[in-house]
Amino acid sequence: MMLLVPSLIITLMYFMFQNVPTRPGVPNGFNNACLILLGLFPLFVMFLITSITMQRERASGTLERILTTPLRRLDLLAAYGTAFGIAAAVQATLTCITAFWVLGFDTAGSPVWVFVIAIVNAVLGVGLGLLCSAFARTEFQAVQFMPLVIAPQLLLAGIIVPRALMPDWLEWISNVMPASYALEALQQVGAHPELTATAVRDIIVVMGCALVALCLAAATLRRRTP
Amino acid sequence: MMTSSSDELLRRGVEPVIVIDHLRVIRGKRPAVHDLSVQIARGTITGLLGPSGCGKTTLMRSIVGTQIVTAGSVTVLGHPAGSAPLRRRVGYMPQDPTIYDDLRIVDNVRYFATLYGMDSRAADAAIDAVGLSDHRTALCGNLSGGQRTRASLACALVCQPDLLVLDEPTVGLDPVLRADLWEQFNTLAKSGITLLVSSHVMDEADRCGDLLLMRDGHLLAHITPDRLREETGCTSLEEAFLSIIRRSTAAAPG
Repeated sequence: MMLLVPSLIITLMYFMFQNVPTRPGVPNGFNNACLILLGLFPLFVMFLITSITMQRERASGTLERILTTPLRRLDLLAAYGTAFGIAAAVQATLTCITAFWVLGFDTAGSPVWVFVIAIVNAVLGVGLGLLCSAFARTEFQAVQFMPLVIAPQLLLAGIIVPRALMPDWLEWISNVMPASYALEALQQVGAHPELTATAVRDIIVVMGCALVALCLAAATLRRRTP
Repeated sequence: MMTSSSDELLRRGVEPVIVIDHLRVIRGKRPAVHDLSVQIARGTITGLLGPSGCGKTTLMRSIVGTQIVTAGSVTVLGHPAGSAPLRRRVGYMPQDPTIYDDLRIVDNVRYFATLYGMDSRAADAAIDAVGLSDHRTALCGNLSGGQRTRASLACALVCQPDLLVLDEPTVGLDPVLRADLWEQFNTLAKSGITLLVSSHVMDEADRCGDLLLMRDGHLLAHITPDRLREETGCTSLEEAFLSIIRRSTAAAPG
Protein backbone atom coordinates (compact mmCIF):
# COMPACT_ATOMS: atom_id res chain seq x y z
CA MET A 1 0.00 0.00 0.00
CA MET A 2 2.80 2.33 0.98
CA LEU A 3 4.42 1.69 -2.41
CA LEU A 4 1.39 2.15 -4.60
CA VAL A 5 -0.58 4.94 -2.95
CA PRO A 6 1.63 7.83 -4.15
CA SER A 7 1.42 6.59 -7.73
CA LEU A 8 -2.33 6.33 -7.47
CA ILE A 9 -2.63 9.82 -6.04
CA ILE A 10 -0.52 11.27 -8.81
CA THR A 11 -2.69 9.48 -11.34
CA LEU A 12 -5.73 10.92 -9.62
CA MET A 13 -4.21 14.38 -9.94
CA TYR A 14 -3.53 13.77 -13.60
CA PHE A 15 -7.21 13.24 -14.22
CA MET A 16 -8.08 16.18 -11.97
CA PHE A 17 -6.07 18.52 -14.15
CA GLN A 18 -7.07 16.84 -17.41
CA ASN A 19 -9.72 19.36 -18.38
CA VAL A 20 -8.09 22.43 -16.85
CA PRO A 21 -7.09 24.72 -19.72
CA THR A 22 -3.42 25.73 -19.72
CA ARG A 23 -2.56 29.26 -20.70
CA PRO A 24 0.60 29.66 -22.75
CA GLY A 25 3.61 30.86 -20.74
CA VAL A 26 2.24 29.57 -17.45
CA PRO A 27 3.51 26.19 -16.20
CA ASN A 28 0.66 23.74 -16.30
CA GLY A 29 -1.03 22.89 -13.06
CA PHE A 30 -0.41 19.17 -13.14
CA ASN A 31 3.34 19.56 -13.61
CA ASN A 32 3.54 21.93 -10.68
CA ALA A 33 1.44 19.83 -8.32
CA CYS A 34 3.10 16.59 -9.36
CA LEU A 35 6.55 17.99 -8.62
CA ILE A 36 5.52 19.00 -5.11
CA LEU A 37 3.92 15.67 -4.44
CA LEU A 38 6.84 13.65 -5.76
CA GLY A 39 9.25 15.42 -3.47
CA LEU A 40 7.19 15.84 -0.35
CA PHE A 41 5.23 12.59 -0.24
CA PRO A 42 8.24 10.65 1.10
CA LEU A 43 8.65 13.18 3.92
CA PHE A 44 5.01 12.79 4.82
CA VAL A 45 4.79 9.02 4.66
CA MET A 46 8.12 8.24 6.29
CA PHE A 47 7.42 10.59 9.17
CA LEU A 48 4.13 8.88 9.86
CA ILE A 49 5.52 5.35 9.60
CA THR A 50 8.69 5.86 11.63
CA SER A 51 7.05 7.84 14.39
CA ILE A 52 4.47 5.11 14.95
CA THR A 53 6.89 2.20 14.61
CA MET A 54 9.36 3.74 17.02
CA GLN A 55 6.63 4.72 19.47
CA ARG A 56 5.55 1.08 19.48
CA GLU A 57 9.10 -0.04 20.15
CA ARG A 58 9.30 2.35 23.07
CA ALA A 59 5.90 1.51 24.54
CA SER A 60 6.05 -2.26 24.13
CA GLY A 61 9.41 -2.51 25.87
CA THR A 62 11.16 -3.99 22.85
CA LEU A 63 13.35 -0.90 22.68
CA GLU A 64 14.49 -1.38 26.27
CA ARG A 65 15.17 -5.02 25.53
CA ILE A 66 17.07 -4.24 22.35
CA LEU A 67 19.20 -1.78 24.28
CA THR A 68 20.29 -4.53 26.69
CA THR A 69 21.90 -6.31 23.73
CA PRO A 70 25.31 -5.35 22.29
CA LEU A 71 23.59 -3.20 19.64
CA ARG A 72 24.81 0.38 19.61
CA ARG A 73 22.33 3.23 19.49
CA LEU A 74 23.74 4.64 16.28
CA ASP A 75 23.48 1.19 14.69
CA LEU A 76 19.82 1.13 15.58
CA LEU A 77 19.20 4.55 14.03
CA ALA A 78 21.28 3.71 10.98
CA ALA A 79 19.26 0.51 10.57
CA TYR A 80 16.01 2.43 10.83
CA GLY A 81 17.34 5.06 8.41
CA THR A 82 18.41 2.50 5.80
CA ALA A 83 15.35 0.26 6.12
CA PHE A 84 12.92 3.12 5.65
CA GLY A 85 15.28 4.80 3.19
CA ILE A 86 15.12 1.72 0.96
CA ALA A 87 11.34 1.60 1.29
CA ALA A 88 11.25 5.26 0.30
CA ALA A 89 13.56 4.61 -2.65
CA VAL A 90 11.29 1.87 -3.99
CA GLN A 91 8.28 4.10 -3.47
CA ALA A 92 9.97 7.04 -5.20
CA THR A 93 11.10 4.86 -8.11
CA LEU A 94 7.57 3.62 -8.72
CA THR A 95 6.11 7.09 -8.39
CA CYS A 96 8.71 8.67 -10.67
CA ILE A 97 8.17 5.98 -13.33
CA THR A 98 4.42 6.55 -13.20
CA ALA A 99 4.79 10.31 -13.36
CA PHE A 100 7.50 10.65 -15.97
CA TRP A 101 6.64 7.83 -18.35
CA VAL A 102 2.98 7.08 -17.97
CA LEU A 103 1.52 10.48 -17.19
CA GLY A 104 3.86 12.60 -19.26
CA PHE A 105 5.15 14.65 -16.33
CA ASP A 106 8.14 16.73 -17.32
CA THR A 107 10.84 18.75 -15.59
CA ALA A 108 13.47 21.00 -17.11
CA GLY A 109 16.11 19.35 -14.93
CA SER A 110 16.98 15.69 -14.75
CA PRO A 111 14.44 13.29 -13.15
CA VAL A 112 17.39 11.86 -11.20
CA TRP A 113 17.47 15.00 -9.08
CA VAL A 114 13.78 14.76 -8.32
CA PHE A 115 14.49 11.22 -7.15
CA VAL A 116 17.47 12.33 -5.04
CA ILE A 117 15.44 15.06 -3.35
CA ALA A 118 12.67 12.57 -2.66
CA ILE A 119 15.14 10.25 -0.88
CA VAL A 120 16.70 13.09 1.12
CA ASN A 121 13.19 14.12 2.16
CA ALA A 122 12.42 10.56 3.19
CA VAL A 123 15.47 10.47 5.45
CA LEU A 124 14.40 13.80 6.92
CA GLY A 125 10.98 12.27 7.57
CA VAL A 126 12.61 9.28 9.28
CA GLY A 127 14.73 11.56 11.47
CA LEU A 128 11.81 13.76 12.50
CA GLY A 129 9.62 10.71 13.07
CA LEU A 130 12.15 9.00 15.33
CA LEU A 131 12.58 12.22 17.27
CA CYS A 132 8.86 12.89 17.70
CA SER A 133 8.20 9.32 18.83
CA ALA A 134 10.04 10.21 22.04
CA PHE A 135 7.35 12.72 22.95
CA ALA A 136 4.35 10.52 22.25
CA ARG A 137 3.04 8.24 24.93
CA THR A 138 0.67 6.32 22.67
CA GLU A 139 0.35 5.64 18.96
CA PHE A 140 -2.62 7.94 19.04
CA GLN A 141 -0.43 10.82 20.17
CA ALA A 142 2.21 9.89 17.62
CA VAL A 143 -0.29 10.35 14.79
CA GLN A 144 -1.18 13.77 16.14
CA PHE A 145 2.39 14.95 15.65
CA MET A 146 1.71 14.77 11.95
CA PRO A 147 -0.46 17.93 11.78
CA LEU A 148 1.76 19.57 14.38
CA VAL A 149 5.13 19.00 12.74
CA ILE A 150 4.43 18.39 9.07
CA ALA A 151 1.41 20.57 8.26
CA PRO A 152 2.97 23.96 9.18
CA GLN A 153 6.05 23.03 7.21
CA LEU A 154 4.03 22.29 4.11
CA LEU A 155 1.93 25.43 4.47
CA LEU A 156 4.91 27.68 5.06
CA ALA A 157 7.04 26.01 2.38
CA GLY A 158 5.28 28.11 -0.23
CA ILE A 159 2.89 25.65 -1.81
CA ILE A 160 -0.19 27.82 -1.44
CA VAL A 161 1.24 31.30 -0.97
CA PRO A 162 4.74 31.98 -2.34
CA ARG A 163 7.14 32.57 0.52
CA ALA A 164 8.09 36.03 -0.72
CA LEU A 165 4.47 37.17 -0.34
CA MET A 166 4.18 36.06 3.28
CA PRO A 167 4.46 38.53 6.17
CA ASP A 168 8.06 38.94 7.33
CA TRP A 169 7.65 36.98 10.53
CA LEU A 170 6.15 34.01 8.68
CA GLU A 171 8.89 34.15 6.10
CA TRP A 172 11.41 33.96 8.92
CA ILE A 173 9.73 30.89 10.34
CA SER A 174 9.58 29.46 6.88
CA ASN A 175 13.33 30.08 6.51
CA VAL A 176 14.15 27.73 9.37
CA MET A 177 11.91 24.90 8.19
CA PRO A 178 13.58 22.17 6.18
CA ALA A 179 10.56 21.55 3.94
CA SER A 180 10.92 25.10 2.52
CA TYR A 181 14.34 24.17 1.20
CA ALA A 182 13.13 20.84 -0.11
CA LEU A 183 10.39 22.55 -2.08
CA GLU A 184 12.71 25.27 -3.38
CA ALA A 185 15.15 22.63 -4.60
CA LEU A 186 12.32 20.82 -6.39
CA GLN A 187 11.16 24.03 -8.06
CA GLN A 188 14.71 24.78 -9.16
CA VAL A 189 15.00 21.34 -10.73
CA GLY A 190 11.61 21.81 -12.33
CA ALA A 191 12.55 25.14 -13.92
CA HIS A 192 16.23 24.85 -14.84
CA PRO A 193 17.91 22.25 -17.05
CA GLU A 194 21.16 22.48 -15.06
CA LEU A 195 21.47 21.81 -11.35
CA THR A 196 21.57 25.31 -9.89
CA ALA A 197 23.69 26.43 -6.97
CA THR A 198 20.52 27.19 -5.02
CA ALA A 199 19.28 23.65 -5.54
CA VAL A 200 22.61 22.21 -4.34
CA ARG A 201 22.56 24.46 -1.28
CA ASP A 202 18.97 23.48 -0.55
CA ILE A 203 19.69 19.76 -0.82
CA ILE A 204 22.63 20.16 1.55
CA VAL A 205 20.47 22.09 4.02
CA VAL A 206 17.82 19.37 3.99
CA MET A 207 20.47 16.67 4.46
CA GLY A 208 21.91 18.66 7.35
CA CYS A 209 18.48 18.93 8.96
CA ALA A 210 17.95 15.18 8.53
CA LEU A 211 21.28 14.51 10.22
CA VAL A 212 20.49 16.86 13.11
CA ALA A 213 17.09 15.21 13.58
CA LEU A 214 18.70 11.75 13.64
CA CYS A 215 21.31 12.87 16.19
CA LEU A 216 18.64 14.43 18.41
CA ALA A 217 16.69 11.18 18.07
CA ALA A 218 19.79 9.28 19.20
CA ALA A 219 19.86 11.44 22.31
CA THR A 220 16.32 10.33 23.17
CA LEU A 221 17.30 6.65 23.09
CA ARG A 222 18.38 6.02 26.64
CA ARG A 223 19.68 2.71 27.87
CA ARG A 224 18.79 3.71 31.41
CA THR A 225 15.36 5.03 32.20
CA PRO A 226 13.80 6.08 35.51
CA MET B 1 18.52 -13.61 58.20
CA MET B 2 21.23 -14.30 55.66
CA THR B 3 22.11 -17.96 55.38
CA SER B 4 21.92 -18.87 51.75
CA SER B 5 23.70 -21.45 49.67
CA SER B 6 25.09 -18.50 47.77
CA ASP B 7 26.86 -17.27 50.91
CA GLU B 8 28.07 -20.78 51.53
CA LEU B 9 29.52 -21.00 48.01
CA LEU B 10 31.08 -17.55 48.27
CA ARG B 11 32.77 -18.58 51.49
CA ARG B 12 34.20 -21.54 49.62
CA GLY B 13 35.69 -19.19 47.06
CA VAL B 14 33.18 -19.31 44.20
CA GLU B 15 33.25 -15.91 42.55
CA PRO B 16 30.12 -13.80 42.87
CA VAL B 17 28.22 -13.05 39.67
CA ILE B 18 26.12 -10.25 41.09
CA VAL B 19 27.35 -7.92 43.81
CA ILE B 20 24.87 -5.29 44.93
CA ASP B 21 26.12 -2.75 47.39
CA HIS B 22 23.74 -0.41 49.20
CA LEU B 23 21.48 -0.04 46.18
CA ARG B 24 18.86 2.67 46.39
CA VAL B 25 16.38 3.39 43.61
CA ILE B 26 13.76 6.10 43.53
CA ARG B 27 11.03 5.81 40.91
CA GLY B 28 8.81 8.80 40.49
CA LYS B 29 8.82 10.21 43.98
CA ARG B 30 8.63 6.92 45.82
CA PRO B 31 11.63 4.90 46.86
CA ALA B 32 11.42 1.54 45.06
CA VAL B 33 14.50 -0.11 46.56
CA HIS B 34 15.92 0.84 49.95
CA ASP B 35 19.58 0.30 50.71
CA LEU B 36 19.79 -3.25 49.36
CA SER B 37 23.00 -5.28 49.51
CA VAL B 38 23.35 -8.86 48.31
CA GLN B 39 25.81 -11.19 46.61
CA ILE B 40 24.87 -14.04 44.33
CA ALA B 41 27.28 -16.86 43.47
CA ARG B 42 27.86 -18.47 40.11
CA GLY B 43 25.75 -21.42 39.08
CA THR B 44 22.90 -20.81 41.52
CA ILE B 45 19.21 -20.40 40.86
CA THR B 46 17.95 -17.56 42.97
CA GLY B 47 14.25 -16.97 43.27
CA LEU B 48 13.24 -13.36 43.79
CA LEU B 49 9.96 -13.43 45.65
CA GLY B 50 7.61 -10.92 47.09
CA PRO B 51 4.19 -9.36 46.55
CA SER B 52 3.61 -7.37 43.39
CA GLY B 53 4.95 -3.85 43.59
CA CYS B 54 7.67 -4.76 46.09
CA GLY B 55 10.52 -3.80 43.78
CA LYS B 56 11.36 -7.10 42.09
CA THR B 57 11.30 -5.72 38.58
CA THR B 58 13.17 -2.58 39.64
CA LEU B 59 15.90 -4.73 41.17
CA MET B 60 16.11 -6.83 38.01
CA ARG B 61 16.27 -3.78 35.79
CA SER B 62 19.07 -2.43 37.96
CA ILE B 63 20.97 -5.67 37.40
CA VAL B 64 20.59 -5.58 33.61
CA GLY B 65 21.41 -1.88 33.68
CA THR B 66 18.25 -0.29 32.32
CA GLN B 67 17.28 1.37 35.59
CA ILE B 68 18.64 4.71 36.72
CA VAL B 69 19.87 4.07 40.24
CA THR B 70 19.92 6.77 42.88
CA ALA B 71 22.77 5.46 45.02
CA GLY B 72 24.86 2.39 45.57
CA SER B 73 26.44 0.10 43.01
CA VAL B 74 25.55 -3.03 41.09
CA THR B 75 28.46 -5.11 39.77
CA VAL B 76 27.78 -8.00 37.42
CA LEU B 77 30.55 -10.45 36.43
CA GLY B 78 33.09 -7.90 37.62
CA HIS B 79 31.75 -5.01 35.53
CA PRO B 80 29.33 -2.21 36.41
CA ALA B 81 25.79 -3.32 35.52
CA GLY B 82 24.76 -2.47 31.97
CA SER B 83 28.29 -1.75 30.74
CA ALA B 84 29.27 -2.75 27.21
CA PRO B 85 31.14 -6.03 27.96
CA LEU B 86 28.09 -7.35 29.82
CA ARG B 87 25.59 -6.91 27.02
CA ARG B 88 26.66 -10.15 25.37
CA ARG B 89 26.76 -12.09 28.64
CA VAL B 90 23.50 -11.20 30.35
CA GLY B 91 20.18 -12.47 29.04
CA TYR B 92 17.13 -10.55 30.17
CA MET B 93 13.51 -11.46 29.83
CA PRO B 94 11.20 -8.60 30.78
CA GLN B 95 7.91 -9.25 32.50
CA ASP B 96 5.70 -8.55 29.51
CA PRO B 97 6.56 -10.75 26.58
CA THR B 98 8.49 -8.23 24.51
CA ILE B 99 8.35 -9.83 21.11
CA TYR B 100 7.10 -8.49 17.80
CA ASP B 101 3.55 -9.70 17.26
CA ASP B 102 3.70 -9.25 13.52
CA LEU B 103 6.69 -11.57 13.15
CA ARG B 104 6.89 -15.35 13.33
CA ILE B 105 8.51 -16.97 16.38
CA VAL B 106 11.54 -18.02 14.39
CA ASP B 107 12.00 -14.48 13.04
CA ASN B 108 11.75 -12.98 16.50
CA VAL B 109 14.37 -15.30 17.93
CA ARG B 110 16.63 -14.92 14.89
CA TYR B 111 16.37 -11.16 15.22
CA PHE B 112 17.59 -11.27 18.80
CA ALA B 113 20.22 -13.85 17.81
CA THR B 114 21.54 -11.36 15.25
CA LEU B 115 21.57 -8.57 17.83
CA TYR B 116 23.69 -10.77 20.10
CA GLY B 117 25.93 -11.79 17.19
CA MET B 118 24.73 -15.41 17.17
CA ASP B 119 23.74 -17.48 14.14
CA SER B 120 20.42 -19.07 13.24
CA ARG B 121 21.48 -22.41 14.74
CA ALA B 122 21.54 -20.75 18.16
CA ALA B 123 18.03 -19.46 17.41
CA ASP B 124 16.79 -22.94 16.55
CA ALA B 125 18.38 -24.35 19.72
CA ALA B 126 16.66 -21.68 21.83
CA ILE B 127 13.27 -22.39 20.25
CA ASP B 128 13.84 -26.07 20.89
CA ALA B 129 14.75 -25.37 24.51
CA VAL B 130 11.42 -23.69 25.22
CA GLY B 131 9.48 -26.42 23.41
CA LEU B 132 8.14 -24.28 20.59
CA SER B 133 9.70 -26.21 17.70
CA ASP B 134 6.26 -27.26 16.45
CA HIS B 135 5.11 -23.66 16.28
CA ARG B 136 8.26 -22.02 15.00
CA THR B 137 6.58 -20.54 11.94
CA ALA B 138 3.51 -19.30 13.82
CA LEU B 139 2.86 -15.58 14.01
CA CYS B 140 3.51 -14.33 17.54
CA GLY B 141 0.28 -12.33 17.50
CA ASN B 142 -1.67 -15.59 17.29
CA LEU B 143 0.04 -17.32 20.21
CA SER B 144 -1.45 -18.04 23.61
CA GLY B 145 -0.14 -16.22 26.66
CA GLY B 146 2.10 -19.07 27.73
CA GLN B 147 3.50 -19.51 24.24
CA ARG B 148 4.29 -15.82 24.03
CA THR B 149 6.13 -16.03 27.34
CA ARG B 150 8.14 -18.94 26.02
CA ALA B 151 8.93 -17.16 22.76
CA SER B 152 10.15 -14.21 24.81
CA LEU B 153 12.22 -16.58 26.95
CA ALA B 154 13.80 -18.03 23.81
CA CYS B 155 14.89 -14.51 22.84
CA ALA B 156 16.76 -14.29 26.16
CA LEU B 157 18.24 -17.81 25.96
CA VAL B 158 19.55 -17.29 22.46
CA CYS B 159 22.61 -15.32 23.56
CA GLN B 160 23.86 -18.28 25.63
CA PRO B 161 24.46 -15.96 28.57
CA ASP B 162 26.44 -16.33 31.79
CA LEU B 163 23.65 -14.70 33.73
CA LEU B 164 19.96 -15.02 32.98
CA VAL B 165 17.59 -12.52 34.53
CA LEU B 166 14.01 -13.71 34.11
CA ASP B 167 11.12 -11.58 35.25
CA GLU B 168 8.18 -13.86 36.06
CA PRO B 169 8.87 -16.40 33.30
CA THR B 170 6.24 -18.89 34.44
CA VAL B 171 3.21 -16.63 34.72
CA GLY B 172 0.25 -18.12 32.89
CA LEU B 173 1.88 -21.46 32.22
CA ASP B 174 0.26 -24.77 32.95
CA PRO B 175 1.84 -26.94 35.67
CA VAL B 176 3.40 -29.41 33.22
CA LEU B 177 5.12 -26.66 31.30
CA ARG B 178 6.22 -24.99 34.49
CA ALA B 179 7.87 -28.19 35.63
CA ASP B 180 9.54 -28.51 32.22
CA LEU B 181 10.89 -24.99 32.38
CA TRP B 182 12.22 -25.43 35.89
CA GLU B 183 13.96 -28.59 34.76
CA GLN B 184 15.59 -26.55 32.03
CA PHE B 185 16.61 -23.88 34.50
CA ASN B 186 18.29 -26.60 36.57
CA THR B 187 20.13 -27.91 33.53
CA LEU B 188 21.29 -24.39 32.74
CA ALA B 189 22.46 -23.83 36.30
CA LYS B 190 24.40 -27.10 36.25
CA SER B 191 26.23 -25.90 33.17
CA GLY B 192 27.43 -22.90 35.16
CA ILE B 193 24.82 -20.32 34.22
CA THR B 194 23.52 -18.18 37.04
CA LEU B 195 19.79 -17.57 37.10
CA LEU B 196 17.77 -14.94 38.85
CA VAL B 197 14.08 -15.72 38.52
CA SER B 198 11.29 -13.63 39.95
CA SER B 199 7.91 -14.93 40.87
CA HIS B 200 5.05 -13.96 43.10
CA VAL B 201 3.83 -17.49 43.70
CA MET B 202 5.50 -19.14 46.64
CA ASP B 203 5.03 -22.69 45.36
CA GLU B 204 7.83 -22.06 42.92
CA ALA B 205 10.19 -21.15 45.71
CA ASP B 206 11.00 -24.77 46.45
CA ARG B 207 12.53 -25.15 43.03
CA CYS B 208 15.13 -22.47 43.71
CA GLY B 209 18.45 -23.04 45.40
CA ASP B 210 18.19 -19.70 47.12
CA LEU B 211 15.46 -17.23 47.87
CA LEU B 212 15.51 -13.48 48.01
CA LEU B 213 12.44 -12.31 49.87
CA MET B 214 11.46 -8.72 49.24
CA ARG B 215 8.79 -6.46 50.57
CA ASP B 216 8.24 -2.74 49.99
CA GLY B 217 11.68 -2.33 48.50
CA HIS B 218 13.43 -4.00 51.43
CA LEU B 219 15.30 -7.27 51.26
CA LEU B 220 13.88 -9.37 54.09
CA ALA B 221 15.96 -12.48 53.65
CA HIS B 222 18.47 -14.26 51.44
CA ILE B 223 18.07 -17.86 52.46
CA THR B 224 17.63 -21.44 51.19
CA PRO B 225 14.08 -22.82 51.20
CA ASP B 226 14.95 -25.50 53.78
CA ARG B 227 16.62 -23.03 56.06
CA LEU B 228 13.59 -20.76 55.79
CA ARG B 229 11.35 -23.58 56.99
CA GLU B 230 13.68 -24.40 59.86
CA GLU B 231 14.02 -20.86 61.09
CA THR B 232 10.33 -20.08 60.96
CA GLY B 233 9.10 -23.51 61.98
CA CYS B 234 6.55 -23.48 59.18
CA THR B 235 6.07 -26.32 56.74
CA SER B 236 4.69 -24.28 53.87
CA LEU B 237 6.86 -21.60 52.38
CA GLU B 238 3.85 -19.34 52.06
CA GLU B 239 3.40 -19.31 55.82
CA ALA B 240 7.13 -18.98 56.34
CA PHE B 241 7.17 -15.88 54.19
CA LEU B 242 4.24 -14.41 56.10
CA SER B 243 5.94 -15.09 59.38
CA ILE B 244 9.08 -13.33 58.20
CA ILE B 245 7.00 -10.33 57.15
CA ARG B 246 5.35 -10.24 60.56
CA ARG B 247 8.70 -10.48 62.23
CA SER B 248 10.17 -7.65 60.17
CA THR B 249 7.20 -5.36 60.72
CA ALA B 250 7.35 -6.08 64.44
CA ALA B 251 11.04 -5.24 64.54
CA ALA B 252 10.66 -1.99 62.64
CA PRO B 253 7.14 -0.63 63.05
CA GLY B 254 5.89 1.81 60.46
